[in-house]
Amino acid sequence: MAEAALTTISVAQDESVETPTSRATRRLLRRKTAMLGLVIIAVFVSIAVLAPLISPYDPDLQTWSAVRKAPSLSHWFGTDDVGRDVLARVIYGARASLLAGVISVAIAILVGLPIGLISGYLGGFIDALFGRMTDAMLACPFLILAIALAAFLGPSLGNAMIAIGITTTPIFMRLTRAQVMAVKAEDYVEAARCIGNPHWRIALIHILPNILPALLVQATLSIAAAIIAEATLSFLGLGQQPPAPSWGSMLNAAQRFLVNAPWMAVWPGLAIFLTVLSFNLVGDGLRDALDPRSR
Amino acid sequence: MKKTLRAAAAAVFLIATGGIACAQTTLRIGLAEDPDILDPTLARTYVGRIVFASFCDKLFDIDEKLNVVPQLALGYEIAPNGLSVTIKLRPNVKFHDGEQFNAEAAKYSLDRHMTMTGSFRKPELAAVDHVDVVDPLTIKITLKAPFAPLIAQLTDRAGMMVAPKAATEVGDKFGLHPVCAGPYKFIERVPQGRIVGEKFADYWNKDNVHIDRVVYLPVSDETVRLANLKSGGLDLIERAPAPDIKDIRADPKLKLATALGLGYMGIDINIGKGERANNPLGKSVAVRRALDAAIDREALNQVVFNGEFVPGDQWVNPENYYYQQSFPVPKRDVAKAKALLKEAGVTTPFDVDFMVAKGAEPQSVAEVIQAMAAEIGINMKIRVTEFATSLKQAEAGEYQAYLLDWSGRSDPDGNLYSFYKCKAPLNYTGLCSADVDRLLDESRVPSDRAQRKAIYEKVTRLLLVDDDSIIYLYHRRMLIAHTARLEGYRQLPDGMVRVVGLTLK
Amino acid sequence: MLTLIGRRLLQLIPTLFFVSVIIFSLQHLLPGDPALVMAGEERDPAAIEQIRRQYQLDQPAPVQYIYWVKAVLSGDLGESMRIKAPVLSLILQKLPVTITLASMAIVVALVIGVGAGIVSAVKKDSIWDYLANGFALWGISMPNFWLGIMLIFLFSVKLGWLPASGYVPLSEDWRTSLASMIMPAFVLGNAIAAVLMRHTRSAMLHVLESDYIRTARAKGLLERSVILKHALRNAMMPVITLGALEFGTLLSGAVLTEQIFTIPGFGKLIVDAVFNRDYAVVQGVVLVTATTYMALNLLADMAYILVNPRLRG
Repeated sequence: MAEAALTTISVAQDESVETPTSRATRRLLRRKTAMLGLVIIAVFVSIAVLAPLISPYDPDLQTWSAVRKAPSLSHWFGTDDVGRDVLARVIYGARASLLAGVISVAIAILVGLPIGLISGYLGGFIDALFGRMTDAMLACPFLILAIALAAFLGPSLGNAMIAIGITTTPIFMRLTRAQVMAVKAEDYVEAARCIGNPHWRIALIHILPNILPALLVQATLSIAAAIIAEATLSFLGLGQQPPAPSWGSMLNAAQRFLVNAPWMAVWPGLAIFLTVLSFNLVGDGLRDALDPRSR
Repeated sequence: MKKTLRAAAAAVFLIATGGIACAQTTLRIGLAEDPDILDPTLARTYVGRIVFASFCDKLFDIDEKLNVVPQLALGYEIAPNGLSVTIKLRPNVKFHDGEQFNAEAAKYSLDRHMTMTGSFRKPELAAVDHVDVVDPLTIKITLKAPFAPLIAQLTDRAGMMVAPKAATEVGDKFGLHPVCAGPYKFIERVPQGRIVGEKFADYWNKDNVHIDRVVYLPVSDETVRLANLKSGGLDLIERAPAPDIKDIRADPKLKLATALGLGYMGIDINIGKGERANNPLGKSVAVRRALDAAIDREALNQVVFNGEFVPGDQWVNPENYYYQQSFPVPKRDVAKAKALLKEAGVTTPFDVDFMVAKGAEPQSVAEVIQAMAAEIGINMKIRVTEFATSLKQAEAGEYQAYLLDWSGRSDPDGNLYSFYKCKAPLNYTGLCSADVDRLLDESRVPSDRAQRKAIYEKVTRLLLVDDDSIIYLYHRRMLIAHTARLEGYRQLPDGMVRVVGLTLK
Repeated sequence: MLTLIGRRLLQLIPTLFFVSVIIFSLQHLLPGDPALVMAGEERDPAAIEQIRRQYQLDQPAPVQYIYWVKAVLSGDLGESMRIKAPVLSLILQKLPVTITLASMAIVVALVIGVGAGIVSAVKKDSIWDYLANGFALWGISMPNFWLGIMLIFLFSVKLGWLPASGYVPLSEDWRTSLASMIMPAFVLGNAIAAVLMRHTRSAMLHVLESDYIRTARAKGLLERSVILKHALRNAMMPVITLGALEFGTLLSGAVLTEQIFTIPGFGKLIVDAVFNRDYAVVQGVVLVTATTYMALNLLADMAYILVNPRLRG
């Protein structure tokens, strides 16, 4: 009789429990702006991946008789200053720009996460040392550091990604460290230590999963910023080298022709705007969804 | 309503430039960069020369045909043996601080250019042995060897006169507040902000100076520079954007002043500097001539500049007296290019490291060249490099092809000597030929133009046919756009903005 | 409390040291020779050598670093190689410009960011929420140089309402000064507006759902009074400290904005100096701005602690 009562209770409990992941997903799905952002990102990623299949022309093909032609049936987005199809370049440019965004942030996480983990977990002098170095990096204007790094490494898309990645590292280091410090004091971590779990196991199994939500949010927002940073570096001649397309370098070439051939600027500008806006919307949506304090 | 607003915007500018918006006329000139130090002895930028046109008069100036005309000097006489030049100076000329301009001051200025530490005029006056004061209005320059381009040097910074007392007092800080003898007196400079000059009451040619103030504003972005001109924020801009020429001509409120420039855009090929020269292009003349033949200069001009600039194949433009008619600008010949490659025994395709300066114009040009070269199997790999780095790398030979923009000098020697003489400062290609050196030195001797041109003919054959280490592409038109209210402005080939004889309505 | 401040002040020293090392090494690692840059088209080997000697460029990097640090500690920030003006005077000249622009940008950011944040929080999940979000996010979704060029074309060339560039000190003529600064301030302010919006929104949301507010509502106070007097005041604290922290972002944004609008402030100074390899200028300016940033941070933290006694423990 008692056993029957116990099983009934446990069944009832199972039905009303919801994992944090599914709760977050449900909240994210409900937030329409974030969903819109996700859709737009998916569209651009597909464009980038399927570029060779969907591009109407070779992005490097120069047609000298069709220089700076307005959008028409044969060139939906018009042609640029040396006769290349703008639509093709926007499509292929998606690869460079999206790659720049993602890889820069990947570099920042790859470097910042371990440093933050070690710094937060070990504390003491190491923490103070890394802390001061991070403060120093954050105190210098981001763009100047990026420009100097890119100039030092040599102008290329890859080096621009490294430069942006390195200058974004402090953000992730700080974030990780803060999360680590918050989790470190939790009871279950203490308990894990008591029963003799090695540090790396604790870090991997207990700490890391707790960091992921905040990391995800910041990563999304940082990708948005990185795409803008790539555009800025390309504008200064330090990013993607011609003739390879990237939205930023297209804007750079387009600014002389704002009056004569505005289509050269409108399409890559729009592409940057939509992509970056989408990442921002998704990031904000993620933050709201993962925030334990909102219903 | 719109007119009032535009007037208001213009008034903003007048005040922004420090002028009082009542009776004074102010000419606001937009520069493409912020000049470096405003000291004729220490300056090195092109924009600096534009600013000097207001503040520092020179011994001589040039006219549209590149003839030498008097400015602070009235005339010159070259001795029959070519080893000395006597120069008569203009009387009743004052410096901005009231000091009298005379032979002593002229000697002081020239000595300063030749001996001051850090002077960049030394190479220009290297042929000068010493300067003597003959009488208060005459100086005699004694040369180490005959040097025909000397007078041309004196039409530029090397001929700019500085006030001796002011210069001696402040030494190398002269550039912070220059005191010279030009139509305008230096008032103030806000670095990267503005440079202001006020009409000099005792200027020797003051009857032809009608504008009270001149203000220089650096606006580095060319689109924004033009926008400023159109919105009334500037009265004149240098280096107007070539893509907007049609638009400027069509605008009734603006005028376009042009002149074919003294410089050129060319591709320097590393043939002898370090190990980067060790590539098919650097090693073989035939390959270089193949690249030369594969370039369609007409199409390049058409595509990038709407046909406004002038294709070139020599270091002087086709309108210049010294242009060799026997070597006309070649048409594109892909067949010949391919044949030359075959003759050189080179397997295509092969890569070439193509160093290109940062900027919309060089980049567009480079992309078109790249497409043209690709058709014969030469892959020019464009590497956009910022100015500072490109200087270092060109110097060290860390490149294979380098798209180089030279602003040009009024004497052909200025476009030739430093580039081709063995180990000369601007010789990035690494050419070292005894024949070329001998001819270049010879060309500096005769003061007769026809004689020099004959010597240059031999040089041209050696350089274009036997060497082709610099492939010339085109000559830029100096494009100055100004408001229609400015009258009397004429553009000279050196790109300088001369402020005398102008009226602003 | 005092020990807290003291500790933070001490922490400034190693941080400044790292800043100096970072900016010094970056400069000197850059390819290119400042002496060659200075020489430009005129090449005289003797003059170039002389420049190298005058600015100690022929010494190894660590030696140059020591020279520089020694000079800085005695108040000498060096001299611009390009125009031979002392770095300190350049900084002092441009300080008012940058401060004016930064202040105007912050005002713009506050208006847009806080305004959008309030609307977004109060009208959560409605069309206003989305519009406010979009408006604030728009600022960081577009490269600021792009926005600047577009604005110039629209307001200066096409409409002729505003001057395209130039800076006029507020003291000289406040009307024209504002007219020429509105566009660049807007461009700069946009970048920070988004951050301010996010924080205002989340802070407001938390406060709005708190017991404190429920009590105020229960007491029957007008909705507007609830929002303005109670919620906003509590939400403002983090937003204010954020303003100080965003100083760094402002400076980064200023780099290109000043270039496009021809404003002679720090941003333009640094960028030109980096490309001209004018070491002393970059090092000096970054050192000054980094110190200012850290000082602002410290002040913001102290203000926060002072206001919120719960944090003092």
